[in-house]
Amino acid sequence: MSGSRKLLILGGVALAALGMLYGLHYAVFIEHQTLDGMGSSLAKGFVAAAQRQTPEAHAAIDAYGHSKYDYVRQIDIHSHWIGLAMLMFVLGVIFDSVDFSERIRFWLALALLIGSVMFPLGVILQTVSHGGFVPSAMAVAGSGLVIVAMAGAALGFARQAA
Amino acid sequence: MGARRILIFCGIALIAGGMLFGDIFAVFVLHQNGGRTGETLLAAAQAAAAQDSAGVGDAFHRIGGLLEDRGTKVDTHVHMIDAGYLALLLALLQPYVALPSQRRKRLAKVFIAGGVLLPVGIFLIHYVGLEYSPFPVIGWASVLADSAGALLIIALLGEGWGLWKYLRGERSDAPEAELPRDASWERRALLSGGTILVLLGFLHGSWYAAMDLYKHEAAEVSILQGMADAAMANDGAAIGQSVNQYGMLAGERAVNIATHSHFIEFGLLAMLLAFVQPYVFLGEMWKRRWVQVLLAGSLILPVFVLLELRWGLIAGGIADVGGLFVIVALVAMLVGVLRYSGRLDSLEGVR
Repeated sequence: MSGSRKLLILGGVALAALGMLYGLHYAVFIEHQTLDGMGSSLAKGFVAAAQRQTPEAHAAIDAYGHSKYDYVRQIDIHSHWIGLAMLMFVLGVIFDSVDFSERIRFWLALALLIGSVMFPLGVILQTVSHGGFVPSAMAVAGSGLVIVAMAGAALGFARQAA
Repeated sequence: MGARRILIFCGIALIAGGMLFGDIFAVFVLHQNGGRTGETLLAAAQAAAAQDSAGVGDAFHRIGGLLEDRGTKVDTHVHMIDAGYLALLLALLQPYVALPSQRRKRLAKVFIAGGVLLPVGIFLIHYVGLEYSPFPVIGWASVLADSAGALLIIALLGEGWGLWKYLRGERSDAPEAELPRDASWERRALLSGGTILVLLGFLHGSWYAAMDLYKHEAAEVSILQGMADAAMANDGAAIGQSVNQYGMLAGERAVNIATHSHFIEFGLLAMLLAFVQPYVFLGEMWKRRWVQVLLAGSLILPVFVLLELRWGLIAGGIADVGGLFVIVALVAMLVGVLRYSGRLDSLEGVR
């Protein structure tokens, strides 16, 4: 088995395990609390509105927005890690069909692996520092690497087809 | 039927079933559910305007029920399709699972049983609730779904054990043959088309994250605060306007996320189906036609889901037709797998 295929298959398995472990940890320890927090903040905001308490209503809705920002990213990291892992695994089975030298295939596989780890990691780090530059830069760079690697693989498949 | 053919046949059936469920859900439930959620949000804001705190609580309780109804149906759709994907992936792995053929077949059946029961359990959660349940927060439908999940885990552990034995040098008494390494037109079209679809999904997701995600998150908070302000001012017209804006925003987010995920899921599906083409026992011309129909549907559905923002129900109808294309192509491939002569199985001596 070539180095690029090994990297994709083993990297895919490791990433899937990481994504599932994160999902398990999230479901057991975080999700219900987050969902409760979102629901109760929104209800509290409208109850405060019923009692004509403007600052409390706005603060509760802000808290809802804050919780939802985190919730969306926590779900995203789980699904993106597992989704990217499945993609790496499938590509690993057929990567010899990418019509480039093994050296280029290895670099494409490495870019896909690094991007697949870095992009969701950057997304989850955004929950630690909302709007922070480093997490956003990591997410953008990671997704860029994944896109470049996939474009390379598509080109390689197309060359084989030609 | 050997373990691999069980996994391929049932995997494609699960994916087709999950997609059919998704189409039915989109046509008969999704929009109606969204409409009722909007009406209930309006009721919550009106209750706040009338200084009725109990009414606000009641409205949010009903919104919770509507979201559960919608969420469990989306989960049913997603879990059925994902179980199908996993079944196809396991089919690819069968030559490397060093277990006796009978045990491989049993594991395949356990996996398929779990893959069928899991979405059934999830679907029933909203309807069964906590009726006759001995547990304070877990209903019987959740117990069914969790048990089905356990079956999937047991089957995956068994496959993992077989894989581990293979890596340690052990071999099965009657191993599945390696998949034929054909370079047929269908395989190449599915691989190239699938990769391009995944790439389109990535590009759209990046575009949405860069251009709209933060804007939408800020807009949601601002609209809800405007709704609360309108309720405090007892301004019925402004409440109605805010609820409409909220509905539009929710729709815009939903179609963007659906476009992103459907591009990628269809791309992955096309790539997985490239491997099973040797098991599709149809004439070359028909195999090509079904591949073309599948790829066309895989492009039409996400593109027209996105265009729903501009063209409304017309685009939604075309997207549903795209989904139907994919389902029809999958069913045709399923028929091809069913017609497969069993030549490979008999050569392998699988009983």
